[in-house]
Amino acid sequence: MTNVLELRGITKRFPGVLANDHIDISLREGKILALLGENGAGKSTLMNILYGLYKPDEGKIIVRGEEVDIHGPNDAIARGIGMVHQHFMLVPVMTVTENVMLGVEPVKNGLFLDKAKVAARIREISDQYGLEVDPDAYIKDLPVGIQQRVEIIKVLYRSADILILDEPTAVLTPQEVEGLFKIIRSLIEKGKSIIFITHKLKEVLKIADDITVLRLGKVVGSISPQDATPEILASMMVGREVNLVVTKQPAQPKEAVLEVKDLYVRDERQNLTVNGISFDVRKGEVLGIAGVQGNGQTELVYALTGLLPIESGEIHLLGEPVHRNTPRNILERGVAHIPEDRQRHGLILSFPVHDNLVLCTYYKPPFAKGINLQEKVIYENAEALVKQFDVRTPSIFVNVGGLSGGNQQKVIVAREFSRPIQLLIASQPTRGLDVGSIEYIHSQIIQKRDEGTGVLLVSSELDEILALSDRIAVMYKGHIMDILDANKVNKEYLGLLMAGVHPEGAPAPAEGTVPEKVF
Amino acid sequence: MTEKDSTKTKTKSSEGIGGGTLREALRVPALAVLTGLLIGAIAIVASGSNVFEAYYALFVGSFGDPVRFYNGFQQFFSTGETSGLLRAIYPFTESLVTATPYIFAGLSVALGFRCGLFNIGAEGQFFIGALTSAFVGYSITGLPAFIHLPLAILAGMAGGALWGTIPGYLKARFGAHEVVNTIMMNWIAFRLSDWLLNGPMKASGFRPVTPNIEHTAELPRFFPDPLRLNWGFILALVVAYIVYWFLFKTTLGFEIRSVGANPDAARYAGMNIIRNFVMVMALAGGLAGLAGASQVLGVDHWVGQGFSAGYGFDAIALALLGKSHPAGVVLAALLFGFLRSGATRMQSIAGVPIDIISIIQGLVIVFIAAPDIIRWLYRLKNIKVEETVLTRGWGS
Repeated sequence: MTNVLELRGITKRFPGVLANDHIDISLREGKILALLGENGAGKSTLMNILYGLYKPDEGKIIVRGEEVDIHGPNDAIARGIGMVHQHFMLVPVMTVTENVMLGVEPVKNGLFLDKAKVAARIREISDQYGLEVDPDAYIKDLPVGIQQRVEIIKVLYRSADILILDEPTAVLTPQEVEGLFKIIRSLIEKGKSIIFITHKLKEVLKIADDITVLRLGKVVGSISPQDATPEILASMMVGREVNLVVTKQPAQPKEAVLEVKDLYVRDERQNLTVNGISFDVRKGEVLGIAGVQGNGQTELVYALTGLLPIESGEIHLLGEPVHRNTPRNILERGVAHIPEDRQRHGLILSFPVHDNLVLCTYYKPPFAKGINLQEKVIYENAEALVKQFDVRTPSIFVNVGGLSGGNQQKVIVAREFSRPIQLLIASQPTRGLDVGSIEYIHSQIIQKRDEGTGVLLVSSELDEILALSDRIAVMYKGHIMDILDANKVNKEYLGLLMAGVHPEGAPAPAEGTVPEKVF
Repeated sequence: MTEKDSTKTKTKSSEGIGGGTLREALRVPALAVLTGLLIGAIAIVASGSNVFEAYYALFVGSFGDPVRFYNGFQQFFSTGETSGLLRAIYPFTESLVTATPYIFAGLSVALGFRCGLFNIGAEGQFFIGALTSAFVGYSITGLPAFIHLPLAILAGMAGGALWGTIPGYLKARFGAHEVVNTIMMNWIAFRLSDWLLNGPMKASGFRPVTPNIEHTAELPRFFPDPLRLNWGFILALVVAYIVYWFLFKTTLGFEIRSVGANPDAARYAGMNIIRNFVMVMALAGGLAGLAGASQVLGVDHWVGQGFSAGYGFDAIALALLGKSHPAGVVLAALLFGFLRSGATRMQSIAGVPIDIISIIQGLVIVFIAAPDIIRWLYRLKNIKVEETVLTRGWGS
């Protein structure tokens, strides 16, 4: 079988970093190559080179046996290479047809856009690959899974036969992932070749024909799925043995630390995104909140931490109402918050590590005497925490923006865990982190639970929810679909709840939109 | 010991004067000034003058004439007479006199930048500060200097602070952008001063100026006339140090810098953003007011129309040039002081228009604002220059 695409000896240097070091990969025609690697392993750099966004310092790109120079996305598309980005490049207020034709608008009579022609072609593509996309629908009305299909149509419309899918499953429910895999298989049947970039080991084993693992800008090795196990792949990615299973004892829950009653919250655009939910978190347990991103979890956490005012309802912390309190007051009552967007909320990137480690406590002794910052104490605190939480940084004086994502997250964890806390709110605590850091942060969360802290874990990664939670609440369109005992659920059942379908026949919460059929 | 040293230099970098060591931090600004002077030379040639003559006059005008220094020293050592020496240091002291309001006003804008606020209102705050301190200076009589002078200084500070607090409060309360409001406050200050100088505060006579302040309100001068160097310069250096201490060594400064660098994270950490906006605008106004006060009480002793003379606008450039760091602002203010004061001499001796200096200043600012030009020109290898957040977009 021939290689439809080969990269040979690709090297790319950035100031101080060797992002790609003589990378060789080959994609067989009609096959799926999974490109596996931690953040910072060089996957994105490599794909940006292939897509013409970066110029390699060394190396060759060979498409169908012919060496080519790719100077930009247009060159890539002309060679039949198309990319589906992790973050969709769609205009929400335009229709599917308009989005697909954007940049390659066909014209009739020399003046008018020929939308009908494009719509017809979209229907054709949609039927051919079983995509089921309505060309006249507006993007903003489509669920994320369908939006992703529109991205795939865009690529196919431009007659690509080599597709690069960048972390395509990150935003999907388990059922949507199944749907995507079906589409990928039908693309392969029709002779397309696919590069599938991911860090999720199980998906790789399920779908890939070949697996190439990158680490620190180098190819660690290639392996076929038959010979691989998640453990083998993880240790290839990380370079050491990794404990993939979170070991924990059964929870010993005590009295409630957080009680939420009938809470309604509006987001910054005044949309009601939390629609009357009630739950409690007890000391010594992890309550996981599962759900596809954007179903009100963000606003729920902002409301609990005082960052967003509530519309109505009650929040009680250790029996006292806190729903009108300031973020600082809530913080001082012993609430730790690992925020969803660590670079926006959790850190000041242009500040050194030592300042970020006292971001919430700088004004209190021993870090301040009156208004005087006690630099010596702040430095000692930083040295101790960096050691204790194994933050890999050249020194505590380095700006936190210069650290890797995993180490940035460790700075946040170190800061939040270093003060006395009653409740830990961890929002997407391992998003974008490498396997090694995930392992570490999971073990820290469980340790806090065992010390008697109540933990509210919000995550769109079902595996993470299942691994850490003692009870699981599923959020859909601002409602809690159900709260379940973590020992008595399975992934499929949760997936249905996440899609707004109650398998026992209870009606889905009415919100004007009909939940997508996912059976 | 070496470990302690390295700690020290690295702490400096965290204060954001630039990345890495002090030498690296100064390299780009120094090269920007050099490049500005080189390109300025082209403009001088184009205007038909001799470059060397012009720059020599600039040097003499800002630092003093070496020949006069030599003669002055000789006279002093042989006869003990100081008049020659005083004449020799005159240009140098005038440069420091010019730099004094620049330091205060530059600190005002820099403090705002540190909190993510763009204080374009230093000009108006300067003017109001000058008027309030002049008022206290001439209207109260019979006070001893040790009460009258501090009172006049505080009055200037309070006037500027009031003028800064208004846009700060409008931003905090109604979300009105401080750029728009400080510009408006400038115009109000100009027109208000027109009215005051032609009416309630007008001295007897034709000219629309205030009366001279009492001697008890004057900032004492170090040398006999015509040398005007006064305690205002020392006060400026002390205040610069206080601003440094406040920004980098106190919890309040920590909050200000956090709000400026990442308001979302500041809120997450429980800081009150609104309160910081109002406080910083009040303090920035106070600093600009001090600039006005130092000019009245130390140099002119009265206030007339157009008194602010663009100090408040130049202050924006100074804050940029100084990377919003108090030490950087002092250096930038000295540079501007020397250029401005030398330019007068350059015009009279070499016949080069004073506007050449504005061109050079403009070029220096462009190079500081776009340091990549300098790095490209001098093939500097990726010196890490820290991004200082200056201000945020509209509607933030």
